[in-house]
Amino acid sequence: MNALLIILLTLVGAAGWLTVTTREPVRQAVVAGILGLLLGLLFFVLQAPDVAFSELVVGSAAVPAMLLLAIAKVREQQASAARADDQSEPPGAGISGSQGGEAD
Amino acid sequence: MRSGHSRGRLLTAAVGLVLLVGGFAWAVTDLPGFGHYHHRYGAYLAQHSVPQRAATNSVNVITFDYRGFDTLGEEFILFVAVVGVVVLLRRIRGEEEEGDEGAGEEQPRASESLRWLGVASAAPIAVIGGYVVTHGQLTPGGGFQGGVILMAAITVVFVAGEFMLLLRLRARAQLLEMGEAVGAAGLGVLGFAGLIATGIFFKNFLPHGSRGELFSGGFLFIANLAVGIEVAGAILMVLSELLDQRLLRRRS
Repeated sequence: MNALLIILLTLVGAAGWLTVTTREPVRQAVVAGILGLLLGLLFFVLQAPDVAFSELVVGSAAVPAMLLLAIAKVREQQASAARADDQSEPPGAGISGSQGGEAD
Repeated sequence: MRSGHSRGRLLTAAVGLVLLVGGFAWAVTDLPGFGHYHHRYGAYLAQHSVPQRAATNSVNVITFDYRGFDTLGEEFILFVAVVGVVVLLRRIRGEEEEGDEGAGEEQPRASESLRWLGVASAAPIAVIGGYVVTHGQLTPGGGFQGGVILMAAITVVFVAGEFMLLLRLRARAQLLEMGEAVGAAGLGVLGFAGLIATGIFFKNFLPHGSRGELFSGGFLFIANLAVGIEVAGAILMVLSELLDQRLLRRRS
């Protein structure tokens, strides 16, 4: 084990801890992206460039993008459910209201 | 009542944790030392994959040639997962669109520098993705990695705030679906083509070519292409399903 490997392993551990302890979803998605980036570097240092490639793109681009979009969608649904409640319950309110509740 | 409930839960968690940690520790003690992998199969493949298949990326040779059957299974895991997500999201969308229509609000805009950076980097990323897909048999990478990079090129456009382009993409959802299906089926067809031509499922039936050339390694090129198309189509489909026109309009 060389110094570079030890540094990267420590950083990956720290990033993993940060990902778990970050509670705000948007921030958590970004921190998870950083974890993906560090994992990619670690795999590269461990001489697995193929795996590093996958981890780099999936971990630091695809997963955060999907998470952010999903969070935005959930928030939009909650907002429209709140609006629907204000407007003396139009037809679609029951459905979107229950969805907003599930997303919590 | 409630405390009894949570005590039972705690007990279950504790038993599970002890079993998991104990089993894990037991398993770890028998592992080979860090960086000291010794296994006959790995050593054989490392030594013979390049001379046997004339492709210089032996990882790619293993995933698509020696262990092509495993990769087929993995590919269908992705395929089925994406189909599940898309079906779920479309149902939710269908229910929503019967409801209110939030028109008349203006589109959000990313900052000017972010827009330019995103637009400028999309094409180079797409080129890298194409390179990684087509050169999987030669250099690190391959269909999966390249496919995800191709998807990243379009994600960058999304970050730049060119939403209209992505909405147009979603309007062509059929194209993405077709890409995913063709890619997924392509690898299966390749396996059956091997079965028909040589009598063995996933056995290479194309000439190996000479080492270091683009069309070396037999059918690896086609396999990479099929998986690249499938992966890019699959992830783009999920992303574009998550995009909601009303969502984009309201955010600011």
